[in-house]
Amino acid sequence: MANVLVFAESRAGELRKVALEAVTAARRLTELSGGGAVHVLLAGAAGIGSKAEPLAAHGADKVLVLEHAGFALHNPEALAATLAQLLSSGTYAYGLFSGTSHGRDLSPRVAAKLGVGLIPDLTGFTVENGAVVGQHPINNGKVIATLALSGSPTLLSVRPAAFTPAPAERALVAESITSAADPAASRVKVIELKQGNTDKIDLNDAAVVIAGGRGLKVADNFKLCDDLAEAFGNAAVGATRAVTDEGWRPHSDQIGQTGRNVSPDLYIAAGISGAIQHLAGMRTSRTIVAINKDKDAPIFKIADYGIVGDALEVLPVLTEAVRAAKAS
Amino acid sequence: MKIAVCIKRVPVMEVKFAITADGSRYEETGLKYDINDFDLWAIEAALQLKEKAGDGTVHVVCLGPNAAQEQIRKAMAMGADSGVLLESDARNYDGLAVARALAAELKGGAYDLVLFGRISIDSMNQMTGPMVAELLDLPVVTNVFKLDINGATGRAERVLEGASEVVEFPLPAVLTIDDGLNKERLPSLKGIMAAKKKPLEIKPANLDAAQVTVRSMALPAERAAGRIVGEGADAVPELVRLLQTEAKVL
Ligand SMILES: Cc1cc2nc3c(=O)[nH]c(=O)nc-3n(C[C@H](O)[C@H](O)[C@H](O)COP(=O)(O)OP(=O)(O)OC[C@H]3O[C@@H](n4cnc5c(N)ncnc54)[C@H](O)[C@@H]3O)c2cc1C
Ligand SMILES: Nc1ncnc2c1ncn2[C@@H]1O[C@H](COP(=O)(O)O)[C@@H](O)[C@H]1O
Repeated sequence: MANVLVFAESRAGELRKVALEAVTAARRLTELSGGGAVHVLLAGAAGIGSKAEPLAAHGADKVLVLEHAGFALHNPEALAATLAQLLSSGTYAYGLFSGTSHGRDLSPRVAAKLGVGLIPDLTGFTVENGAVVGQHPINNGKVIATLALSGSPTLLSVRPAAFTPAPAERALVAESITSAADPAASRVKVIELKQGNTDKIDLNDAAVVIAGGRGLKVADNFKLCDDLAEAFGNAAVGATRAVTDEGWRPHSDQIGQTGRNVSPDLYIAAGISGAIQHLAGMRTSRTIVAINKDKDAPIFKIADYGIVGDALEVLPVLTEAVRAAKAS
Repeated sequence: MKIAVCIKRVPVMEVKFAITADGSRYEETGLKYDINDFDLWAIEAALQLKEKAGDGTVHVVCLGPNAAQEQIRKAMAMGADSGVLLESDARNYDGLAVARALAAELKGGAYDLVLFGRISIDSMNQMTGPMVAELLDLPVVTNVFKLDINGATGRAERVLEGASEVVEFPLPAVLTIDDGLNKERLPSLKGIMAAKKKPLEIKPANLDAAQVTVRSMALPAERAAGRIVGEGADAVPELVRLLQTEAKVL
């Protein structure tokens, strides 16, 4: 029996999709290690417990609900203390985190508290005699390392979108727990969450990503990307560093080596040269389309389909064509 | 203001990597090396804070092979005052072992700030900073892309997926620096000359046995070369047809 504890990420009182991905990955972990229970820690302000249902529907045997005003915003110190306490109880063989900003902030704190190793950002894994053996991209994604770790417990994080949430219906069992440290006593205090447009789909959750580069000329032209994203539905808009440096789009939209990693079904690069640092964040997309007026732009080397032309002219026509295709 | 910056020597990534015949690691012959990108931004942040405070020191700490002196000298040429190399030839993928060695070196240093990069672009662990903070029992803010230090308190903004959060923290603290905070300065000729005389201590790294081990390495699947569908808006119908029938994404 190898039980797993999952940290379920929520934001502003809502469960994030990565939480369901993590539960799916945890179910896989128990299957590979001969069975066991999946427990999930869900923390937030009063009422977060009411969001637990989807966790059970994806295979959580028990949801540990931690409700306190001090968790309305992210509270890494109190969360790390609570996770370390739970994981050192002897109940769990594995601790599983999402490979997100929060997950990759919490998991190393917990690993250091427990004195155990951590394998980060796995895109896949197996289990051999209890040891997790998993794939982790290194060298800007240009090399894939297979890493092994047997710790007690073993801590790991899984790359967003690498595991697709799979239904595994359970009756919801919720247990209320308390924080291992006073949430009000944390030295580091998150005082504000700045969310963009909350109706927007996150880049990692989108099936289609429309990315704009400096070739779009001015911030206002990103409207063309937003329109195309809307025509697709289930799409999000990203940008190059040239664009986020200009302040045309927020920093959190940057895709690439030093920004986000995405691998949607379809990636449309408009006015993007295809610098290696950009490719590092999107080369694993299933289908890549490039629109660039320079026929020699490096982006065409990795694009499945290319259009040589002015993105400002091509995008609106493409938007209409996608609308028409969706309507028929 | 007394600041320490942890920097890592990493391969320059603008190359095609090859895997050794036994599949255990990537080939290192012919690789060039530099300071990890994020660490350059951490150095720059430290230098700017020192300049703003009007006094202070910036000390760099690097765990790596003997040749990593080159990266420490570069940091000094940018303006860092001193450095230490914890010498180790091992390519280390075990974040906790590295963090323990760094924490032991930093302990007792009475730094107001200890800066890290968000992630090293070779091992891509993204864990050393928060681990060291935990080992030293210091507050830590990761993924910082905006920073304001005011006396004994700081305010930072950190990147989330599609959002950000504003964080307040007391000093001393550990920060991990993200892209967007600054652009690193280039070493000046004067800086390069001055760097040669700055103190660089070298001692063996004290690394625990690795808990995380490398089983094998491989290259990701190559993308097949694509094709140009056509020119301008006229090519859109054909593109849409291909997306529907061939790629089946529409
Ligand atoms: C350490 C480091 C880290 C970096 N990290 C990242 C990262 O994470 N993400 C990232 O994106 N970049 C990153 N970069 C920057 C990267 O090297 C490139 O500078 C950047 O990706 C270029 O952005 P761009 O393609 O938008 O702009 P450009 O390179 O300026 O390309 C603009 C393109 O638009 C085309 N164009 C112009 N007008 C039109 C038009 N009307 N219609 C169609 N096409 C047009 C041009 O032909 C050109 O190919 C990093 C750089 C460094 C040094
Ligand atoms: N060998 C090392 N020597 C000094 N600093 C390091 C070393 N490895 C990692 N770091 C620091 O930790 C940060 C994150 O690295 P990582 O956890 O490996 O992704 C880097 O940006 C450096 O600031």
